[in-house]
Amino acid sequence: MIRAMKRFIAGGIGAGAALFSAASAWAAQPSDWEYRFQPAATDIMHQITWFEGYTLAFIIPVTLLVLVLLAYCIVRFRASANPVPSRTSHNTVIEVIWTVGPVLILLLLAVPSFQLLTNQYSPPEEAKLTIKATANQWNWDYEYQTDDALSFNSAMLQEGDRAAAGKEDKSVYPRLLAVDNEMVVPANTVVRVLVTASDVIHAFAVPSFGVKSDAVPGRLSEVWFKVEKEGFYYGQCSELCGKDHAFMPIAVRVVSPEQYETWVAAAKSDLPAANKALTAQIEAASKLAAAN
Amino acid sequence: MAHAATHDEHHAPRGWVRWVYSTNHKDIGTLYLIFAIISGIIGGFMSIMMRWELAEPGIQIFHGLASMVYGVEGDAALDAGKHMFNVFTTMHALIMIFFMVMPALIGGFANWMIPIMIGAPDMAFPRMNNISFWLLPPALILLLISFFVPSAPGAHGVGGGWTMYPPFSTSGQPGPAMDFAILSVHIAGVSSILGAINFITTIFNMRAPGMTMHKMPLFAWSVLITAFLLLLSLPVLAGGITMLLTDRNFDTAFFSPEGGGDPILFQHLFWFFGHPEVYILILPGFGIVSHIVSTFSRKPVFGYLGMAYAMVAIGAVGFVVWAHHMFTSGISLNAQRYFTFATMVIAVPTGIKIFSWIATMWGGSITFRTPMLWAIGFIFLFTVGGVTGVQLANAGLDRMYHDTYYVVAHFHYVLSLGAVFAIFAAWYYWFPKMTGYMYSPTIANIHFWVTFISVNVVFFPQHFLGLAGMPRRYIDYPDAYAGWNMVSSYGSYFAGIGVLIFLFGVFEAFQKKRVAGANPWGEGATTLEWQLPSPPPYHQWEQLPRIR
Repeated sequence: MIRAMKRFIAGGIGAGAALFSAASAWAAQPSDWEYRFQPAATDIMHQITWFEGYTLAFIIPVTLLVLVLLAYCIVRFRASANPVPSRTSHNTVIEVIWTVGPVLILLLLAVPSFQLLTNQYSPPEEAKLTIKATANQWNWDYEYQTDDALSFNSAMLQEGDRAAAGKEDKSVYPRLLAVDNEMVVPANTVVRVLVTASDVIHAFAVPSFGVKSDAVPGRLSEVWFKVEKEGFYYGQCSELCGKDHAFMPIAVRVVSPEQYETWVAAAKSDLPAANKALTAQIEAASKLAAAN
Repeated sequence: MAHAATHDEHHAPRGWVRWVYSTNHKDIGTLYLIFAIISGIIGGFMSIMMRWELAEPGIQIFHGLASMVYGVEGDAALDAGKHMFNVFTTMHALIMIFFMVMPALIGGFANWMIPIMIGAPDMAFPRMNNISFWLLPPALILLLISFFVPSAPGAHGVGGGWTMYPPFSTSGQPGPAMDFAILSVHIAGVSSILGAINFITTIFNMRAPGMTMHKMPLFAWSVLITAFLLLLSLPVLAGGITMLLTDRNFDTAFFSPEGGGDPILFQHLFWFFGHPEVYILILPGFGIVSHIVSTFSRKPVFGYLGMAYAMVAIGAVGFVVWAHHMFTSGISLNAQRYFTFATMVIAVPTGIKIFSWIATMWGGSITFRTPMLWAIGFIFLFTVGGVTGVQLANAGLDRMYHDTYYVVAHFHYVLSLGAVFAIFAAWYYWFPKMTGYMYSPTIANIHFWVTFISVNVVFFPQHFLGLAGMPRRYIDYPDAYAGWNMVSSYGSYFAGIGVLIFLFGVFEAFQKKRVAGANPWGEGATTLEWQLPSPPPYHQWEQLPRIR
């Protein structure tokens, strides 16, 4: 039953995502008047989204129950309707019910909750790519743990640099989320990110991946994700780190494994050229797809 | 009678001596309440400035504020403004917690009412009570001074959040502002510890003959438990921030990894205090709401013992759940499992309290006087904040909520809409007792409705912002978050109007001087304070009451 619901929800989101991506380059980011999670891009985020819906299925009825009981008391037991108060101050049965009832609800919540938590720490396979993300005030260093060293800095795209960077489309490169150099990773591959910081505590977070980890100086934390779809994914620093806390986004560009191989080979010598070439390659491919 | 009058006169000093040298629990309680109102206005002003800043994307006011206050221009003003926003979030929290809610509930209402309710003439240590209060103004002044003192390079004031996580609070802000804030919290902490000792001694030793622990009013129970939480948790905070102070000034390395220390250690110490602290803020409110619901339902509290021991359970379990504030800090999977489980357990005694309040109303004969409106508002809004707390307890789900506006919405529902509603409920419940005057119920009810509607407009949309991923403590946000932020900001302006209505209502009550009488609430008000005249004599219970 739970599994069926899970599949149903995941399917619905997948279908919506497919429709959306046909129109333009796919970018996972908040949308106007958003009132739910951002669309999920990993299996873990699908599970988190499902579990959030599952918790709502308990807490909304509980809140409504309290509201209805209060409303009933207000109407039924107002002084004009009930001039003589009862003196009841004990009822063992009802007290046992409202103690045991919440315990049962908590057990129903706990089982999938622990499952979800365990899954978040159980990648389906060994990571094929490891990237060390070091947070600084106020930007990120990404170090690819590949045979030939590749490391670069990723800072927020300044509004004045949009044209030069070829990032004028705000639907793909939103204000405060777009960066100069995205973290580029292959799709459908387990990617491990080792998170640390060089000065104060920051946090690496990408909502649509379902990952968030504090970046603590002197510590290495580990997160992993396996992104289902190519596109741009955005997150923001999630631990207060100073004046530009709001201005050190995390941007992840997910591409096909082949495109990633081309990019990583080129990026080692010339990162800006590799990024431009990647963008051109993807645009050409999407134009071709649109023409067909 | 003539004898009693001269007796009172003999003991009642006049003028400034009465207040500054006061050892009278009612006078000290009044000082605390005035102090809390002043702090609340400062903290509330800061929140409205933050909401004004966040009303639309981009930076609206803080660069201007920074250039007004610190005299910097251009890019320096922008940078100073960004830091200043963080200073506002930090100060708003510290002021509201240490200088508004705690002084109002514990120093104010508990000081005023606990001795009266348990049939004692005063607190056990009246001089200690005096110093408890008089430590607070210097603490607040130190905190306010920190505003104008250098911190991070090119910036003034403490912008590290009320949680003060190192290294941002050590190497990140080398200027002395942080030291001012640490000393301020130290002094406020000493004040609270002294207060806690006073309450524990008073409640254990000075109950009237016949008032056993199990006959004690629930407000006294709630304050007793709160006092124990203060006594056990504040020393840990004091230790933690002392280590912060020595890390900053004397080259120790408790929290700096380059010296073998650990920034996460501070988080454990802080939250070992910080989590009991949030129960310190809400437990007295639980006691107050129980009395008000009982009074206006004209029924005894349903399940008295369950209510008392639910608070004991909340207090006890509150000490072993601290790391649920640290699910993303890198604590181990097993630690996350344990803290998820332990945190969920707290929902059970909390549920008992909510349902017992409703059961107290059930079968009652309810009048909807102003305090009852606030109490019913409290029960519902606290429930909303409580159920989101159950979601946040799950480490796997908290991964998404952590450090987003979902958390901001959650803790404002339990504190701003929980503890603050309890404070206003208590204010309108005991105002006639404390002053002898009745406020205008019309103004008071308008205050309630304006506040009830506006705070929901402020905080409910913040759930949506949090779900969509908006991180907290952000001066600017991606344009997609503009809609709900605008709604939230308008709510906060409206809530500011509510505060003005409150102040006007107080002014009006003192101006009109409507005599309230000993017991304006009728037969439902059964606790001892209603047997005394309003306001109570300078010294009460010279003849101890006997409890059957």
